[in-house]
Amino acid sequence: MRELITLHVNGERHELAVLLHHTLLEVLREDLGLIGTKHGCELGECGACTVLIDGLPVLSCLTLPVEVQGSEITTIEGLEENGKLHPLQETFAELGAAQCGYCTPGILLSGVALLREHPHPTLEQTKEALAGNLCRCTGYTKIYEAVDAAAERLHAAGGVS
Amino acid sequence: MTIKQRTGAGIGRDKSRPYKYIGAPLPKVDAYAKVTGRALYADDIMLPRMLYGRLLRSPHPHARIISIDTRNAMELPGVLAVITGEDLPQRFGILPSSQDEYALAIDKVRYVGDPVAAVAALDPDILDEAIKLIHVEYEILPALMSIDEALAHPEVKINDEARIGNIHKAVSYEFGDVDGGFAEADYVREDWLFYEGNNHAPIEAHACVANWEPHPNDPVGGKLTLWSSTQTPHYVHRELSKVLGLPQSHVRVIAPNVGGGFGGKSDPFSHEICAAELSRRTSRPVKITCTREEVFLIHRGRHPVKMWIKTGVKRDGTLTAMHFRSFLDGGAYGSYGIATTYYTGALQTVTYKLPSYKFEGMRLFTNKPPCGPKRGHGTTQPRYAVEVHLDKIAHDLDIDPVELRRRNLIEPDTRAINGLRITSCALGECLDAVVERSGWNEFHTSSSDQSSIGADVSRPTPIYRPSLEGMENDSHSSIKRGLGIAASSYICGAGKPIYWNDLPHSAVQIRLDRGGGITVYCGATDIGQGSTSILAYIVAEELGVPPEHIHLETADTTLTPVDLGSYSSRVTFMAGNAAIAAARKLKEQLFELASEQLQVPVENLEAAECLIYAENDPGVALPFVKAVQLTEARYGALVAAGSYAPPEGIHGDYKGAGVGPSPAYSYSACVAQVAVDIETGEVVVEKLWLAHDVGQSINPLLVAGQVEGGAYMGYGEAMMEQQVFRKGRHKIPSLLDYKLPTTLDTPEIETILIEIPDREGPYGGKEAGQGPLNPVIPAIANAVFDAVGVRIDETPITSDKVLKALRAELPGARSVQHPHVEPTEAPSPWPTRLIAWQPTEMSLIGKDGV
Repeated sequence: MRELITLHVNGERHELAVLLHHTLLEVLREDLGLIGTKHGCELGECGACTVLIDGLPVLSCLTLPVEVQGSEITTIEGLEENGKLHPLQETFAELGAAQCGYCTPGILLSGVALLREHPHPTLEQTKEALAGNLCRCTGYTKIYEAVDAAAERLHAAGGVS
Repeated sequence: MTIKQRTGAGIGRDKSRPYKYIGAPLPKVDAYAKVTGRALYADDIMLPRMLYGRLLRSPHPHARIISIDTRNAMELPGVLAVITGEDLPQRFGILPSSQDEYALAIDKVRYVGDPVAAVAALDPDILDEAIKLIHVEYEILPALMSIDEALAHPEVKINDEARIGNIHKAVSYEFGDVDGGFAEADYVREDWLFYEGNNHAPIEAHACVANWEPHPNDPVGGKLTLWSSTQTPHYVHRELSKVLGLPQSHVRVIAPNVGGGFGGKSDPFSHEICAAELSRRTSRPVKITCTREEVFLIHRGRHPVKMWIKTGVKRDGTLTAMHFRSFLDGGAYGSYGIATTYYTGALQTVTYKLPSYKFEGMRLFTNKPPCGPKRGHGTTQPRYAVEVHLDKIAHDLDIDPVELRRRNLIEPDTRAINGLRITSCALGECLDAVVERSGWNEFHTSSSDQSSIGADVSRPTPIYRPSLEGMENDSHSSIKRGLGIAASSYICGAGKPIYWNDLPHSAVQIRLDRGGGITVYCGATDIGQGSTSILAYIVAEELGVPPEHIHLETADTTLTPVDLGSYSSRVTFMAGNAAIAAARKLKEQLFELASEQLQVPVENLEAAECLIYAENDPGVALPFVKAVQLTEARYGALVAAGSYAPPEGIHGDYKGAGVGPSPAYSYSACVAQVAVDIETGEVVVEKLWLAHDVGQSINPLLVAGQVEGGAYMGYGEAMMEQQVFRKGRHKIPSLLDYKLPTTLDTPEIETILIEIPDREGPYGGKEAGQGPLNPVIPAIANAVFDAVGVRIDETPITSDKVLKALRAELPGARSVQHPHVEPTEAPSPWPTRLIAWQPTEMSLIGKDGV
């Protein structure tokens, strides 16, 4: 059965008729065309589908859209502001933190949430924040380097993003 | 990351000037698409009127199909097509010698997950219903779930490809005088080891979209396009064409961005063929996306391998002979398995100097998902066995394990005993680097009294290591630390293609546009390693334009010239050399016109910053775009192609010599530091130092990324990853239960790149994608022994095994935890003809092969 719902995604308001059992991941990808959110397991195991709900990282494959109608949802497509990349996107690109890139959107969103909570995260904090996002390519090393470099850029720019 | 360089002569090092782009830590050309979510992967492709497809898979490990009734599924509203095995009766397989798969099972299923039927429907919800409505009647057959069961029950024939019982392939080789070598030895040791199988677990599950476009006037009725998450579009192209009965000219295979492969996306798969057939039947696009469980079931991952190894050495540790046997658990189908079998024996000879070597290998069919190539293809398991075995020999002889390895290093520009040609080799430099960086000597000097070797250190003696920060082994603590070392080598691309022929292995075409645009076309498939970026850097270097100016078309069997695929760590070496060749043809034409225009001899011209200029007077310059226009005016459209095939004569002339040769070998060395809790058996790998002989980094960021990724994956295989079964079913087909390393597990990794250019590599470059994984597993195993004095002779090295070994040894001598698979008596005689071969001048140049 379909139901009319309203979702606020990346600052845009969308009215949708969705099947109630479809997950937020399915609705984002298939109804809204936001294919930057990836699925790797659809069971809450890999973290590839991570989005931000009111600023907190959440697995969209375990979330039903009706639950998040009043919330602000941010996907990878919403990280750029006025055509400018978030510093973490810049450092991921520059430092080789994205190899195949499939886990990258989810890790970026977990990373952005981390940097908001801890503007200068320790390695332990970074590991803890990203522990739910699996990456098979990088060994995580360059991801840590990119998080640190982004923290420095945000600090130099005078605030959090 | 540290880079240690020595200059030398590689292809492209034709001038003394430093490179502009080669060796620079540039972002990948697709990095911005990947960090913004714009990069399209197969499952992201959605076409108008697209249907969804799914495969019904066998719930039984071994059964005869009595009947399949699809009528109820067909009648379900929203179902457009249902197909079964008889609709696609043509057999296929990646190797010409293993054509043993059907897109959908005919007569028999051979593992839980073997596809039986396929459905196309309007949406995935309807598929759920339709799949349940297909009724398959099975007659259950006995299932063989291990190497030993497969050997013990030849009467249960799993796969008709097996020549004897369930033996898919058996090989037997003797190089040099093995009996003489053992007779000459002062010490001979034998060991059994077991390497567990594991899955690639790329984060992107396999997915594809097929689109059949009917055309009434076409003799075959239309054309097919398939977008698929594949590492080998060329081979998918071949096999799709074969199974669907379409000329290759009517099939187009495109690999969009691929979300990781590691070898798991190198076979042509049932879901690809079924999507294509469902599309042809419905004349609508069809998408099939595998579930995570299906990724574990279609597998093609690391073969479980039991290994027996016997080595003779002189008192000083010099190797005199080695006899190596491998038993591979192949699963139900061939896949790459014949090549894998050869690979378990082929590369023992290119790491250390072996004066004589005997290899016997066999692959068994079992009722499990087919095994295939995973990063390090067939060499990872024997490298683990050899490096652990040599470590034991070093301790038996009271020789430092590093020193034992140094005494036996293969030398550059030599032939191995099995005929393989070795060019550059910087393994000594790799060993030096990890020994220095890890503090190996200081650690073992300070602890030598207590922890190295000796008769009575069964229970780890409390050790205090005063000078090493963070490494103290507190006498009151239950935590004991140790360092282990291992070395390895790997091919830079298979020297022979899968289908033996004289065609290039890789080709690149470059088109110059009169507006200054450069488009590079190449079949190379970027699976995250950055092969597309490598092409851009190379063309940028040659033509003197920034990589961002270059447009790249890759991995499209209609648009791009063939590259065989992203397997065997071949792409940088082969596509890189093809790109250099293509770019230099254009450069020659451009320089001819620029020389006339600028009145500067061609040999004094340089290209950089979108200019062609006099090297000693950069003010005398012609814009690149102007040079293109002048050249096009004279010669017409500017297109050039370059191609690469490995040289002849790099292997012996015996049957089977085609697996192992490569235009170059990379070398790696690893030191692992572990902390073992003797109360719980818990092993923490604290740090890995990994030095890799890459020849020349085309981009050090990408090379370090490959080394780090290999270290990570090796760590996972050593410590936790295992593809295991219970009652015929995969025990843990999910990312929650299949343990793989998260951020909280993965050790610190220090990468050291050794840059000593190879004379045939592009700018001297060699591979980095696979080789660095291999030494990690044995380095960790050896470190565990160094820490607590017990050997776990199988992977993964889990806490329960360590604890069991620690307890077993109380209070007696030090313990070895033997492989849990009991060693089989080696079949006698080995069920294939022995090929004995000696390297002579005449025997090295040959074309005979597998």
